[in-house]
Amino acid sequence: MRRFLRPGHDPVRERLKRDLFQFNKTVEHGFPHQPSALGYSPFLRLMAIGTRSGAIKLYGAPGVEFMGLHEENNTVMQIHFIPDQCQLVTLLDDNSLHLWSLKQHGGASELLEEHRFTLKGPPGSPPSATQVTAVLPHSSREVLYLGTESGNIFVVELPSFRVLEDRTITPEAVLQRIPEDNCNRRSCELVEALQEHPKNPDQILIGYSRGLIVLWDLQNNKATHHFLGSQQLENLYWQRDGSKFISCHYDGSYTQWPVSSDNRQPEPLENTVPYGPFPCKAISKIYWQTTKNGLPYIIFQGGMPRASYGDRHSISVIHGSQQTAFDFTSRVIDFFIIFSSDPAAEFDDPSALVVLAEEELVVIDLKSAGWPAVHPPYLASLHCSAITCSHHVSNIPLKLWERIISAGSKQNIHYSSMPWPIDGGTNIAPDPPQRDLLLTGHEDGTVRFWDASGVCLHLLYKLSTVRVFLTDADPNDNMNTLGEDEWPPLRKVGTFDPYSDDPRLGIQKIYLCKYSGYLAVAGTAGQVLVMELNDEDAEHVVDHAEADLLQDQEGYRWKGHEKLKTRDGPVRFEAGFQPFVLVQCQPPAVVTSLALHSEWKLVAFGTSHGFGLFDHQQKRLVFVKCTLHPSDQLALEGPLSRVKSLKKSLRQSFRRIRRSRVSSRKRRGGGGNASEVQEANAKFDQDALQEMELAPVQRKIEARSAEDSFTGFVRTLYFADTFLRDSSRHCPSLWAGTNGGTVYAFCLRVPPAERRMDEPVRAEQAKEIQLMHRAPVVGILVLDGRSTPLPEPLEVAHDLSKSPDMQGSHQLLVVSEEQFKVFTLPKVSSKLKLKLTALEGCRVRKVTVANFGSCKADDYSENDLAVLTNLGDIQIISLPFLKLQIRYPCIRKEDVSGIASCVFTKYGQGFYLISPSEFERFSLSTKWLVEPRCIVDMPEVTSNNHVHNKSGTENAARKS
Amino acid sequence: MNRAQRGAAGSRGLGTMEVKSKFGAEFRRFSLERSKPGKFEEFYGLLQHVHKIPNVDVLVGYTDIHGDLLPINNDDNYHKAVSTANPLLRIFIQRKEDADYSAFGTDTMTRKKNVLSNVLRPDNHKKKPHIVISMPQDFRPVSSIIDVDILPETHRRVRLYKYGTDKPLGFYIRDGSSVRVTPHGLEKVPGIFISRLVPGGLAQSTGLLAVNDEVLEVNGIEVSGKSLDQVTDMMIANSRNLIITVRPANQRNNVVRNSRTSGSSGQSTESSLPSSTPNILGNLLQGEEESDEEDIIIEDSGEPQQIPKAAPTSESIESLSQIELLHESTQNGFLPSSEMNLKHSAGSISMEYEVPEPGRKSLEEDGTIITL
Repeated sequence: MRRFLRPGHDPVRERLKRDLFQFNKTVEHGFPHQPSALGYSPFLRLMAIGTRSGAIKLYGAPGVEFMGLHEENNTVMQIHFIPDQCQLVTLLDDNSLHLWSLKQHGGASELLEEHRFTLKGPPGSPPSATQVTAVLPHSSREVLYLGTESGNIFVVELPSFRVLEDRTITPEAVLQRIPEDNCNRRSCELVEALQEHPKNPDQILIGYSRGLIVLWDLQNNKATHHFLGSQQLENLYWQRDGSKFISCHYDGSYTQWPVSSDNRQPEPLENTVPYGPFPCKAISKIYWQTTKNGLPYIIFQGGMPRASYGDRHSISVIHGSQQTAFDFTSRVIDFFIIFSSDPAAEFDDPSALVVLAEEELVVIDLKSAGWPAVHPPYLASLHCSAITCSHHVSNIPLKLWERIISAGSKQNIHYSSMPWPIDGGTNIAPDPPQRDLLLTGHEDGTVRFWDASGVCLHLLYKLSTVRVFLTDADPNDNMNTLGEDEWPPLRKVGTFDPYSDDPRLGIQKIYLCKYSGYLAVAGTAGQVLVMELNDEDAEHVVDHAEADLLQDQEGYRWKGHEKLKTRDGPVRFEAGFQPFVLVQCQPPAVVTSLALHSEWKLVAFGTSHGFGLFDHQQKRLVFVKCTLHPSDQLALEGPLSRVKSLKKSLRQSFRRIRRSRVSSRKRRGGGGNASEVQEANAKFDQDALQEMELAPVQRKIEARSAEDSFTGFVRTLYFADTFLRDSSRHCPSLWAGTNGGTVYAFCLRVPPAERRMDEPVRAEQAKEIQLMHRAPVVGILVLDGRSTPLPEPLEVAHDLSKSPDMQGSHQLLVVSEEQFKVFTLPKVSSKLKLKLTALEGCRVRKVTVANFGSCKADDYSENDLAVLTNLGDIQIISLPFLKLQIRYPCIRKEDVSGIASCVFTKYGQGFYLISPSEFERFSLSTKWLVEPRCIVDMPEVTSNNHVHNKSGTENAARKS
Repeated sequence: MNRAQRGAAGSRGLGTMEVKSKFGAEFRRFSLERSKPGKFEEFYGLLQHVHKIPNVDVLVGYTDIHGDLLPINNDDNYHKAVSTANPLLRIFIQRKEDADYSAFGTDTMTRKKNVLSNVLRPDNHKKKPHIVISMPQDFRPVSSIIDVDILPETHRRVRLYKYGTDKPLGFYIRDGSSVRVTPHGLEKVPGIFISRLVPGGLAQSTGLLAVNDEVLEVNGIEVSGKSLDQVTDMMIANSRNLIITVRPANQRNNVVRNSRTSGSSGQSTESSLPSSTPNILGNLLQGEEESDEEDIIIEDSGEPQQIPKAAPTSESIESLSQIELLHESTQNGFLPSSEMNLKHSAGSISMEYEVPEPGRKSLEEDGTIITL
C-alpha cells in the first residue's frame, strides 16, 4: 500500500502535470454576503460594495469586477471615491481608513490597497475624540475631511494620510461665530454629515447630530452661515445650484434651507413630514434632484409611520403627484441615484435609483413610466430561496441556449428595457470558450438556469415545479394588489423570499440532457418530474405514476411527511420546460439520486428505500428494487433522512456563527469597559477549556456492518451501454450504488426505435457487488476499450464525441467514500484500487470526470477524476491507473455547506457556495479559466481648475 | 536390532549423534550423521520405520538443552534440534489424535518433571484431564504484536484481526497532548489517544491496547498533524486489518527485545514465544492480506457462457428460470469449491462467488470463514 505514497518521479509526467493542472479561485458569483456599505463614482461609473467581513467589491459594466479584502476582516462602514480619481477610501468599524487604487498592471487593472491610517487623538483623550463618523473627500483631491464623535473635523492630506493639525475645525472655533443663546458646547457634538458646496469648493456644510448646521468657509476658517434645526439631524444634501440644501431628521421630517449671502441665520423654507402626522421613523438619507420640467425628484430612505409601517424597509420617490414607497425584502444598506454627471448640465435629470439591500441589489428605472426595475446582469441573489442543489452542464448547443433565453425573456417582461446604468470600465477578457449552464434547485420548488459561461452569473430562466402540486399558498396570490388610494403607496420590489411555503417542494436532484432538452428534477417528497422544453404556453395534464419502493417488504410504516397533493386536470404551463410526467416514490422520502437517459427515454431515481426505473416514453414503470436492510428502522420511518439532519446542523452552525459575530460586534461597541469584557472572555475560555478536559470529544472506532443505518440509501445511478454479461455483446445497463457499499447492475432491453412504443422495456438484475469496506458508493463509471469514460447519451449522435471503443474490454470504476476501485467487465474482478481514506484519512465527497487540456500542446488532453474530499481538498486522480496527480487545498474543512455545495464542470472548473448567496468559482485547468480581466481608464477630465460637479453620492455618509 | 547402531553411537564419532526415540512405551535408539541430517521428511520416515508405525500420523518433539519439549515439524527446527543435541537427541513421538499440546512450550524447566512424567507415564497423565487445544496454526489469530525488531522498545505495533469475528473492535479515541523531546527542549504537541475500551470488544480482549495509550501510526501512516476525524476515518477504513502503533501509557509491560524474537502471538505482553510460531503466523498473514479486501460479487445471470450469445435479450429473460436451476447446483457445490480456492488464495487476488440472490445472507457468513 505504501507504493501510493511514493510520489512519481517521472520528469516527463511532472512537466505534463504542470501544463495540465493549475488551481485558481477566479471569481465570486452572486450577491455579497452581509453587505455593509455602498459607494458610487459617477466619474468612473463604478459601484463599490463593502461587507461585514472586510471585503470590498467594485462593479462596472458587465464583466468589470474587482475585489479587495481588508486584512483586518472588519466591517466596512463607509466607502468614498476620491473625485475624478481611480481611488477610493474605506472606513472600517475599527476606525481605520484605507486608501485603495485601481492600477493598471500587465494590461489589466487591479485593485490595490495603498495606505492605511487610524486617526490618533492627543494622549489621554477618549477614543470618541477620534471616532470617525463622516468622511468628505474634497474635490481638490488633496485632503479628506473627517468628522468625529467629538465634533472635531480633522483634515488629512492624501495620499499620505498626514494630519494637518492647523486646519482642524474644532467645535470651539465653530461656536465663536454663533450667538450663545442659541447654542452651547453640546450642539457641536458628533459630526453627522459633511458636504462640499457644489459650486464653491471653499465652502463645506457641517451637520451636527443635535441639529445645528454650519456653512464653513475654508479660506477664512470661519463659519459664514448657521442653521438651527430643532430635530436630530440624519443627513444633508445640496441642491445642484448650491442655493439650497435639504436636511433630513430623526423624526421623519425633512427641511429645505436657503443659502444666500445676506442672511446669515436663515429660517427653513419648508419643513415636511411626508408620512405624518403620526410619529414616523427617521429619514436617514435624502436626495433632491432637479429636472427640466421643474418638478424635482425627492428620494429618501425611511420616514414610514412608526406604528403601522415601522418594520418596512422603504425608499420613497416623490415626483410631482407621483409617489411610490418601494418596499424592500430586506434592510436597506444604502442607495444612490445615477444622474447627469456633466458639470455643464443645468439639471440633475436622474435616471436610475440603485438600492443595496441586505440580501439583494435593486435598480429602479426613473425614466420609464411606472418606474420599473432593471434586471441586473450580476450580483444576482442566488439565495432568493435557499439553494438545495446544483447541476452544471457544459457546452450547451446554441439551439437549446437560444430556446432557454427566449423562454426566460418571456418571464422578464416586467423589467425595464433600460441598458445597465452602471457601465464603467471595459471588459477585456476573451469571450467565454463555450456556453455553460449552472442549474440551481431551490427550497421553494424552483430551478434557476444561470449563464455560467463568463464572469457574470446571469439568470436566464426560472422554472417552477409548484404548479403541478396543490399547496397551501395560492400561486396567483399577488403581493402588489394594493389599490391606488392606499397610503403609504408601498410597492414590493425585489425577489428575495427565503420563506418556503412547503419544504416538500424543495428540489434535490436535477438532470438536464443538453441535446434533447429533456429535464428531470426530483424533490424532497419523493417527486420526480420529467419535462420537455416547449417554446409555447401549453395546457396539459401531467401523467402520474407511483413507484412503490417497498413493494416486497411488509409491516413497515412511513412516519415522515406525506407526498405532495397533485392538481387534477390540465394545468397551464408557461413557455419553457413543461412537466409531462410525475413519478411519485412511495414512501415519499427525499430523492437521493437521479439519472436520465434521453436516448433510451428512461429515468432512474433512488431514495433511502430503493430505486426504480421509469420509461417516460411509454409512461410505464419498468421495475423497482428495494435496497432497504430489514433492520434499518431509521430509514424506514423517515423523516430523519441524513440530508435533513445535516441541513439542520448546518442551520444551527450558521446560527452559532451569526451569534458569535453579533456578540463580537457588541463587544467591540462596548468600548469603555474593555478590560471587563476581556476578563469575562478569559473566564469563558477557561471554562470552555475545563469543560473540554472533563468531557473530551471521542470517536468510536468500529467497522461498518450490514446492519448500519441507511445502508440502503441510493447514492448514485448511472446508465451505461457496456458488456455486462458477456464480452461479445454489449447492452444497455443501469448501475446503482448504495450507502452500504453495494453496487447493483441491471441489464436493460430497450426496444428499437421503430418498436419503441410497442414493446416494453425490460430489466433484469445481472450483478451485485458488495464492497467489503462497505463505504458509501458515490460514483460509478464505465471506461471503454481505450479507457475513456463512456460518452453521454446522444453525444455521439450529435457528433460531439468519438463513439466509444466497443472492441477492447470495458472497465468499471466504482468510487466509494473511501476507495477507488477498477474492475474488469463483464467478469467483475478487482483490477486496481486506491485506498484514499486508509492512506490519508480523508473521504470522497464529490467526484467527476474532467477533461484537462494542455496549455502547451493544443492537441493533448486527458480525462482525470476531480475529487473533493471532506477536508475540502481537491485531488486529481489519473484514469485509468488511479494515480494521485495533485492536491490543492480549496475549502476550509469546517465549511460543511461549502463542501456539500461543490459542483465540478466537465472541463476542470467548479463552484461552491462561500455563503448562502455566493458561489466561488475555481479552476483546476490551465486552459479553461474564467476570471475577470478589465481595464478602468481615467476618463478625460475636461478642465482642471473649474467648478467641480460634485455628486452627493460621493460624500454621502452611510446611515442606517 | 539396535546393537550395532548403539555401538556405532557409542563410538562417538565426530560425525554421528545418538538418537533416543520414544513412542508410547517403546524406545528406539539409533544414530544420525550430524553433518548430514537430511530432511525432516526423511527423518519422519525413519522414525516411522524404526517404530514400525508406517501409517500412523504422529507429532515429533525433542527436548532441547533447557529441557523444554519443542516440536520438530519442519526442516528448520529439525536441523536446530540436530545441531543443538548434546550429546543425545531425545525424541518424543505422540499419535496426532491423542497428542498433548500443552506439553510443548517454554518454561518447561520448572515443570520439566511433570512434562516428562506426563509423557513417560501415560497412566499418570490420564488422572489429570487436560483441555485439549490445537496447534497454533489451527487458531485464528485475533491480534498480534508485530515489528518488535524495528520499533523502539517504548512503542508497540498491534495488529487487530477484525474479520470473521462478531466482536466489535470496541475502542474510542480522543484528542490530547503529549510531551515530545525536540531540539527546543520539551514541547507539548497534540496527539491522539485511546480514550475507552468497550468491555468484551476485540481491543479489550487482546490486552494489547489500553486507555491513554497514544496512537502514533495507523497502518504505517503517522497520525501526527491529522485531526481526530481523519484518524477515525483511517482506522475505520482499515478496520478489517488494523495495525496501530501506540506508545503504551503503561511502559512496564514492554516487550523485552530478544535477539531471536521477531513477533509474538500476543496472548499477553509478558509471554514471548520462540519457536516456529512466527513463521506460521507470517504465512497466515500473507494469505489474509490478499483476501481482506475481497468484495463479494454476485452474478445473477450465472455463467457467462450460459447466456445464449446471439439470441435477443428478451429470450434471455425467458430463460431466467432455467438459469435459476443452474444456480441451485452452483450453490450446492459452493463450499467445497471455495475451500479449494482458499488453498491457493495467496495467489489469486480475487475470488468470485457465484450465488443466486436468496443465498446472499448465508453467503456473507460463509465468506468470512472462507477467507481464513
